[in-house]
Amino acid sequence: MSEKVKFTIDGKEYEGEKGRLLVDVAAENGVYIPVLCHWKDVKPAGSCRICTVKVNDRYMTACTTPIDANMTVENKTPELEDIRKAIVEMLFVEGNHFCPACEKSGDCDLQALGYLYQMMVPRFPYAFERRELDAKSPKIFLEKNRCIFCKRCIRMIKDDKGRSFFAFKGRGKHLEITIDEKLAANISEELAQEAMKICPVGAILRKEVGFSTPIGQRKYDKVPIGSDIEVLQK
Amino acid sequence: MKEKIISIIETYGKTPERLMDILISVQEEFRCVSEEAVSLIASELGISEADVNQTKTFYHFFTTNPVGKYSVYLNNSAVSGMMGVAEVADEFEKQAGINFGQTSPDGLISLHYTPCIGMNDQEPAALINSLVFTELNREKVRKIVADMRDGKTVESMVDEYGDGNNAHPLLKAMVKNNIRKPGPVCLGEYEVGKGINKAMSMEPKAVIEEVKSSNLRGRGGAGFPAGLKWQFCAQEKGDRYVLCNADEGEPGTFKDRVLLTERAPMVFEGMIIAGWALDAKEGIIYLRYEYRYMLEFLNSVLDDLRNKNLLGKNILGKGFDFDIRIQLGAGAYVCGEESALVESAEGKRGEPRNRPPFPVQKGYLDKPSIINNVETFCSAVKIVENGGKWYKEMGTEESTGTKLLSISGDCKKPGVYEVEWGMTIKEMLDMVEAKTTQAVQVAGPSGTCVPPSQFDRQIAIEDLNTGGSMIVIGEDRDLIKDVVLNFMEFFEDESCGSCITCRSFNMILRKQVQRVVDGKAIKPDLDNMLEWGKIMQNTSRCGLGQTAANPIATTITNFRDLYELRVKDVEFQSDFDLEKAIAESCEAVGRPPHVHE
Ligand SMILES: Cc1cc2nc3c(=O)[nH]c(=O)nc-3n(C[C@H](O)[C@H](O)[C@H](O)COP(=O)(O)O)c2cc1C
Ligand code: SF4
Ligand code: SF4
Ligand code: FES
Ligand code: FES
Repeated sequence: MSEKVKFTIDGKEYEGEKGRLLVDVAAENGVYIPVLCHWKDVKPAGSCRICTVKVNDRYMTACTTPIDANMTVENKTPELEDIRKAIVEMLFVEGNHFCPACEKSGDCDLQALGYLYQMMVPRFPYAFERRELDAKSPKIFLEKNRCIFCKRCIRMIKDDKGRSFFAFKGRGKHLEITIDEKLAANISEELAQEAMKICPVGAILRKEVGFSTPIGQRKYDKVPIGSDIEVLQK
Repeated sequence: MKEKIISIIETYGKTPERLMDILISVQEEFRCVSEEAVSLIASELGISEADVNQTKTFYHFFTTNPVGKYSVYLNNSAVSGMMGVAEVADEFEKQAGINFGQTSPDGLISLHYTPCIGMNDQEPAALINSLVFTELNREKVRKIVADMRDGKTVESMVDEYGDGNNAHPLLKAMVKNNIRKPGPVCLGEYEVGKGINKAMSMEPKAVIEEVKSSNLRGRGGAGFPAGLKWQFCAQEKGDRYVLCNADEGEPGTFKDRVLLTERAPMVFEGMIIAGWALDAKEGIIYLRYEYRYMLEFLNSVLDDLRNKNLLGKNILGKGFDFDIRIQLGAGAYVCGEESALVESAEGKRGEPRNRPPFPVQKGYLDKPSIINNVETFCSAVKIVENGGKWYKEMGTEESTGTKLLSISGDCKKPGVYEVEWGMTIKEMLDMVEAKTTQAVQVAGPSGTCVPPSQFDRQIAIEDLNTGGSMIVIGEDRDLIKDVVLNFMEFFEDESCGSCITCRSFNMILRKQVQRVVDGKAIKPDLDNMLEWGKIMQNTSRCGLGQTAANPIATTITNFRDLYELRVKDVEFQSDFDLEKAIAESCEAVGRPPHVHE
């Protein structure tokens, strides 16, 4: 039996099933908490930190926090919104993002958050890291310049034996996303498409297909990110 | 090669959970884990090559290309710097004819840097083929490299052994204990088995109560009440595990090294007592690879305990089965973080887990686990022997008992001191005979840089908490360059990177400190650094990211004048250098840059 608990977000009371993740329950109630690495029903990575909220006055990531009775959650406060904006800016300076030349433009969650938080010039100095583009696999471009290390591909794209196509390499400043050359040689059309879809940015791209949806008609071209959730607000 | 690798894999039960051990054995056998080896391991274990690689590339002692027949890992942490590592490095490069990061063309020697190897009381120090060489200087380096050229074994290059067990036939290490002040708990009298006998005459619950009554708090740095942790774990269902954290990675701490050398049975005894209290299935001690030189010795101590019926099957005839295995690390500071340690012990990248669930709920193999520091286990033994009340009489109200301090840097008597909690910094400096102290770095890079105006503060969990690392910084040191920058380089290298804020902000902040050192920073940079550090602190997943801005934050707060002397007193400067930006294209078209100001 599932237990219902009451908790508040920004002063408003909500109800949800104890133990479910805050970010999901919030979304179902029309409260948008931004995410970049989270994917519903997939084991959370907690890697992008964009969903940082305050729970009972402590910083927590909403995508890893199960809800419990009497939780007091702060979400859309100026302080938290600035932290999120800072994280978006940080992602823009640590990678190399030239949106006008990117196939994901308009469908990209990072770009959309940049607009949402009205990022103008990042407050941090650009890193101009040199990163590679890996085009060895027959169906996929891995454009490492745009990877934000969300681990969605690592967690979600597996072969029928449960082996991962994608994996991290190195750590810290040497961290990079890689694709297993041998496995990727035989990746199916569907899985390659899926990989591109779940990547929040333009780091995983399909070969030989591109711009099938024209710029201007893409996901975030007309409505800001999160608006699909916010319409559910009761 | 193939047969050897397959036999290694079989030794470890052909399971991905033991991937660390497999990689370590392969690296030791072939001096590298080549792409071929990766491919073989992947197919034998039924995982992808990318998966093998992601573990392999996380740890800095695994290499794709062979390291030299003699691989030199020289410690370049801050204290090593103070003790003259630059000279030592220079001599190694001269003698070997290569730079750090290179292997000699004949494959004989390779030179590498590595962060603190737990020898801060006898720096500069290096690991050569995982044996420790301490107190290096130019002359010793010349001799070492000459010995290498003569084809001597590394064992025979160690010509003098340290005190105590360092001279044990299975250790034969030149390491010195430097025990300057034994105390009543960890470095006092000790008799093997007394604690276990006492504990096993008690109900498991009563053992936990005794530990709780002592108010013993974790000695690894976080200070969580040990008894409470044990109790939480005992409440969970399922096979339970007892893990000992012997990763000792915080630069400047080396007290666990001394405990493992002189009190190994006591460490294990603490684990066995915890095993009894929790009715646990197995114990694992996670030993940093830097302490690889103790492996055979520690295994012999375990055998000894088994022979005494204090470990293994049916301990003391009470039907209690509990055994301990040693898990080696492979070079990653973050693996000292308890959940990263668990991941690593499972053969994976040492990435800290998200909490909840906590390790007491889901730890090793997702089973309820406690993880405690080496010193915590030793303290528990004495608490069980002598009672919580005895223990509580020492120390302060909130920090009971004694603490081992690893004191190094600019002082006359670096070493390990067992003191009661509550000692002031001033008293500590007198004890180690430090003169003209500019600052004391309490608790390592992730701790606090304390200025003289605060030397009356207490070493205690409620005031200046420490896992043991105490670095004395003398007056002539360049605090920002020699200490802060070194610490930030450390964090930049050691962040696991799996949470983006920790990865990026460490890179950003390290560069900002570099700007200060280079004289290129401007005044607003200082407050920016403080603010950006706060974001990293508030948003990072584990203690590494949450504390990595401390070197900057505590020095800007306590030594702001040192920064102000180095930054330009302007509100804005453009970092864009037009001339530099067009240099490449000018060269391509063969025209000199012509820029109008
Ligand atoms: C980055 C990082 C490194 C750590 N390194 C160590 C270590 O080397 N040894 C240790 O005992 N604890 C270390 N800790 C603390 C552990 O996470 C954990 O709190 C400790 O092992 C618990 O044992 P205790 O309660 O007995 O101290 C580290 C924590 C962090 C965040
Ligand atoms: S991945 Fe997103 S943010 Fe990066 S270049 Fe492409 S559209 Fe822009
Ligand atoms: S490639 Fe895309 S999905 Fe994979 S980690 Fe990078 S950003 Fe995430
Ligand atoms: S969405 Fe929560 S950390 Fe990325
Ligand atoms: S390594 Fe722990 S927060 Fe990044």
